[in-house]
Amino acid sequence: MSQLPINELEEPSPPARGRKKIGIIVTFACILALLGLLAWGLRKVQAGPLSTGMAPDFTITDFDGTTVTLSELRGQVVIINFWASWCPPCREEAAYLEATWRKYEGRGVVFVGVDWVDTEKEALAYIDEFDITYLNGPDIGTRIAQDYNIQGVPETFYVAKNGELRGVHIGPLQSPQLDEKIEELLAEQYP
Amino acid sequence: MLADIGLISLTIAFLFGLYATIASAYGGWRARTDWVESARNAALLVFPLLTIPVIVIVYSLYKFDFSLAYVYDVSSRAMSPFLRVTALWGGQQGSVLFWAWLMAAFVGIVLLRKWERDRELMPWVTFVAMLTTAFFVGVVLFITNPFVRLWHVPGATELTQAFFQPANAMPYLPEDGNGLNPLLRHFGMIGHPPTTYLGFTGFVIPFAFAIAALITGQSRHDEWIITTRRWTLFAWIFLSIGLVLGGRWAYDVLGWGGFWGWDPVENAMLMPWLTGTAFLHSVMMTEKRGMMKRWNMALIILTYSLSLFGTFITRTGVISSVHAFSKTALGPAFFAFIGLTFLGSLTILYLRWDTLKSEHSLESFISREAAFVLQNMLFVAVTFAVFWGTVFPLLSELVTGTKITVGPPYFQRVTGPLFFVLVLLMGVVPLLTWRKHAARSLGKTIWIPFLASLGMTAIWGFAHRMHPGSIFGLWLVTLTLSLILAEFWKGIQARHATRGENFLSALFNLISRNHRRYGGYIIHLGVVLIAMGVIGDAYFKQETQGTVSQGEVLSVGGYQLEFQKLLAYPGSDGREIVEAVLDLSQNGKPIRTLNPRRDYFVVQEQPVTVPGVYSTPGVDVYAMLVGWDSSGSSATFKIYVNSLINWVWIGGFVMILGTLIATWSNPAQREATYVLKREGLTSQA
Amino acid sequence: MKNIKRQLLLFLITVLASLVAVTVVYAQDDQPGYPTDNDVIRVAKQLYCPVCPNTPLDVCETKACQDWRAQIRDQLAQGWTDQQIIDYFVIQYGERVLAEPQRKGFTSLVWFLPLIALLLGIGIVYEVLKNWQKQKPALVTAAPLPQIPDEILKKIEREIQEMD
Repeated sequence: MSQLPINELEEPSPPARGRKKIGIIVTFACILALLGLLAWGLRKVQAGPLSTGMAPDFTITDFDGTTVTLSELRGQVVIINFWASWCPPCREEAAYLEATWRKYEGRGVVFVGVDWVDTEKEALAYIDEFDITYLNGPDIGTRIAQDYNIQGVPETFYVAKNGELRGVHIGPLQSPQLDEKIEELLAEQYP
Repeated sequence: MLADIGLISLTIAFLFGLYATIASAYGGWRARTDWVESARNAALLVFPLLTIPVIVIVYSLYKFDFSLAYVYDVSSRAMSPFLRVTALWGGQQGSVLFWAWLMAAFVGIVLLRKWERDRELMPWVTFVAMLTTAFFVGVVLFITNPFVRLWHVPGATELTQAFFQPANAMPYLPEDGNGLNPLLRHFGMIGHPPTTYLGFTGFVIPFAFAIAALITGQSRHDEWIITTRRWTLFAWIFLSIGLVLGGRWAYDVLGWGGFWGWDPVENAMLMPWLTGTAFLHSVMMTEKRGMMKRWNMALIILTYSLSLFGTFITRTGVISSVHAFSKTALGPAFFAFIGLTFLGSLTILYLRWDTLKSEHSLESFISREAAFVLQNMLFVAVTFAVFWGTVFPLLSELVTGTKITVGPPYFQRVTGPLFFVLVLLMGVVPLLTWRKHAARSLGKTIWIPFLASLGMTAIWGFAHRMHPGSIFGLWLVTLTLSLILAEFWKGIQARHATRGENFLSALFNLISRNHRRYGGYIIHLGVVLIAMGVIGDAYFKQETQGTVSQGEVLSVGGYQLEFQKLLAYPGSDGREIVEAVLDLSQNGKPIRTLNPRRDYFVVQEQPVTVPGVYSTPGVDVYAMLVGWDSSGSSATFKIYVNSLINWVWIGGFVMILGTLIATWSNPAQREATYVLKREGLTSQA
Repeated sequence: MKNIKRQLLLFLITVLASLVAVTVVYAQDDQPGYPTDNDVIRVAKQLYCPVCPNTPLDVCETKACQDWRAQIRDQLAQGWTDQQIIDYFVIQYGERVLAEPQRKGFTSLVWFLPLIALLLGIGIVYEVLKNWQKQKPALVTAAPLPQIPDEILKKIEREIQEMD
C-alpha cells in the first residue's frame, strides 16, 4: 500500500511554528548549560591545589580540644600539613615534620596538621607513634580540604606572615625542603 | 627505528584524514566529483596508514621495547604474551589509537561498499566520518602519543618524556616495565574494551549518513536508514556485548559479588545503548509507515553524542569514577569537539526540520505506532534519569559547594519502574499490528499466556514469599516469556496446519523466512532472561561474612562452607598467592571444593581477590577470602549466594544469537527493499 | 501506715522500671558475638568510602576502609544505632558518604526532576499521538470490502501473521 506525501512542503501552522521555536531555544539552552557545567568540571579537574592568593580561613579543633583559627595566626608563618593515618607517604615525612617543628617552635612559626578523612582511633595512634606535639585536628566535613582543593595526601601549604599562600608541596617532604622554605618565609619583610 | 616508522605513518594518516575532510566538504559543496573522489582515496588510505603504528605498538609491547614510555607503563616481563598484546588498549595512549584505527576501518568499509549506491550522500558521509576520524588521530598524534620515549636529563629527579632528544639527555632504557594494572589481567581485557569501542565507533556511520541526509536535503527520503540499518544493529550488538562482558569482568574480578554498580563510566556506556535501542525500533516506524522521521534524526544524533560524551567523562575524570584512566590533556580538545558535534548537528536538524514531515497518520491508540512512541519515550526517560543521576554530583558541587554521591538506590528506584513497563511492552507490542488493532483480538491473543504467567508466578512467588517485592518482577518475566513463546508457537502451529511441517522444520522455516521478525523475538527473549537475572540479583541475594577456624562452618542460604586450610605459594606474573580450601555442601550434602584466593602483585603492591564460585543455572555460590591470621589457622570469608545470576550471561548469548539471525539476509532481499523504498513504495520486511 | 506502703510501692515500681529499662537497653547486645561482620556490613552498605571514588564502604579493600569498618564495629558495640553511625559519618566526612541522596535541599532535585520529566514525556506522547490523528493526508478512499465469510477471514489473518 503506498500513499504519496502530498503536503510535504506545506508551511507549518503558526502554533506549530511557535512550538518549534520554543523547542529549539529550550534544547539549545540545555546543551549550552551542560557544556558550561562540563567546562567548569574540567577546569576544576585540571586545577591543582591552591598555591597563591590569600589562604582560605578555617577553624580547627585538635584532638585535645584546643581550637585555632587561621586568621588569628596572622603575623606568624603557618605550615599547613594535610595527612591521614592510612597514608604511607605521610609516614615518610612525619618524623621530619615533627623535628622541624621542634626546631622552629616559638620563633614565629606555627604548624597545623589537618587530618583528612580519618578515624579518631587510628589518628591518635599515629600521633602517638611519631610523638607529634604540634596541633592536629580532624577536617570535619572535609571543608578545609575542599577549600584548599587538595588532590590527595600528603600535601603541605605554606602561609606567609601576612596570610598569603606561598606555594604547596605535593607529596612527602624531605630534609631540608621544609627548613629552607621556613627560613625564606621568616625572612620576609613587610614595609 | 620501528617507533619512528610508526610515528611517521601516524602523522601521514592525520594529514590524509584532514585532507579528506576538507576535500569532501568542498567537493560536496561545489558538486565537484574529482574532489570527492580524491577525498575518498585519501580516506581509504587512512586505515592502512594507521595499521602500521598499531602493529608497531603491539610488536614493541611483545618484544619489551621499554624505551617507549607507553610500553614501560603497561607492559612488563612477567606478563604473558596474550596480555602483552591486549596491553595495546591497556593505557590511555594505546586505547585512543585503537579507537581511531577501528573508526578508520569502518569508514573504509563504508566508502568501499556504498560508494556507488548512495552517491549524493557520499561526499558528506565522508566529511562527517573523516572529521571524527581525523580528530581522534589528531588527539593521538598531538596529545596522547604512544611513541614518546624516555630520556634522562642529568640533574632531574624524574624521567622526561619526549619524541626527540632534549639537550644533554640520554636515552633511558628501563630493565622492566610497570605492567598492566593487575585488575586488568583477566580474559575480560580481551573482550570488553574492543567490543565497547566497536559499539561506540560503529554509531559514527549511521550518524554520518543521517547528517549527510540532512545536509543534502535527502532527508525527505529514507534510504539512509536502510543503508545504515545493519551498521546500527552491528554497533548496537557490540555495545550490548561490551556491557555484558564488562559486567562479567566486574563480577569475576572486583569481588563484590555484583556486576553493575551504576558508576559514571558504566552509565556512560549504558546511555548510548538505551537510545540506540530506541533508535533501532523507531527506524522501523519510518521504514514501514514513514513516521517519526524527526524523532529518528534526533535519536541518532543523541546516540552518537552520548557515545562521545561517554568517552569524555571516562577519559577526563570530570565526574569521579572507579574506572579512572590516568589524566592527560585530553579534556579541552574533547570538550571542544563535543561542543561542535552537539551544536552543529542540532543546528542542521533545526534547519531541515520541515523536510521530515510524517507520511501517515495515526489511526488508533491501540496500534504498533502508538506503542512504539510510548516505548521510545520510556527509553529516553530512562536515559534522562541515568544522565541526570550521573551528572548531578557535578551540578550539586557547582551550586552548593558540597560533593554528593548518587548511588545505586537512586538509579534502581527511578529506572526500575520504567524498565518494568518497557519489558512489559516488549512482550505485548509484537502482538499489535500496524495502524489499528482491535482491542478484542488483542485480548484473545493474550489471555492464555496471561493466565499461564499468573499460575507460574503463584508457584515461584510462594517459593520466594519472603520477598514480596519480587512478585511483580517474577510475574513480568513469566508473562513476557509466555507471550514471546506464544508468538513462536502460533507461527509453528500455522505452518503445521497449512503445510503439515513437523515442529522442528516449522521452527526452522519460520525463522528463515522472516529473519528480522524472529531474530527480533529471540533478542527479546535474551532481554527477558537478563531481566530474570537482574531480578534475582536485586531481590534474592544473600550474603554473610565471618571468621572461622579450621574445621568450622559458615552458613548462608541453605549452603554450608567448611574451612579446611590455607595455602601460600608464588604464582605467575610476579604474584604471591594465598589460597583457602573450602568444602561446600547444601543442606548437609557435599557438593564440591571452592578455592577462593588472594593474589598479591608484589611490584605494583596491588592485591586482587579471586573468588571461588560454584555455578548452577539457579544460583552462584560465591566465596571470597577477605583476611587470615598469619598462622593460617583461621580466616575471614565473605560468601554471596547469587540467585539466578547466570541468566544474565545466558541472556547475553541469546541476544547475540538473535542479532546474528536478524542481520542475516540475502543480498537480493536487501536490494529489493532498497529499491522499493527508493521508488517511494513502503517496503515489506 | 498508708504512707509507708505507698513509699514501698513506689520504691518497688522504680526498681522494676529500671530493671526493665536496663533489659531493653541491653537486649540488642546480649547475643554472642555482637556486632558480627554482617552487622558492620549492614551499616557499611549504606555508606560510600570517603576517599576512594564511588566505592561502597562494605566492599572497599583499602586500609582506610578497614579502619572505618573497625570504627563502625566499635560504635555498634557501644550501642549506637545504625542511623546514629550514618549521621556521624555525614558530619565527619560530608554528604558524599551517603549512598542514597537525601530528599531535602538542593539534592532533592535529583529525585524530582526525573518524575517531572516522565510526566512531561507522557504529556508529549499524548500530544504527538493526538496530532497524528488529526493529520490526515488526502487518501484515496478504498472501495467497500466485499463480504467474506468469517472462516476465510480467520485463515487469511493467520497466514498474514505468519508471513508479516
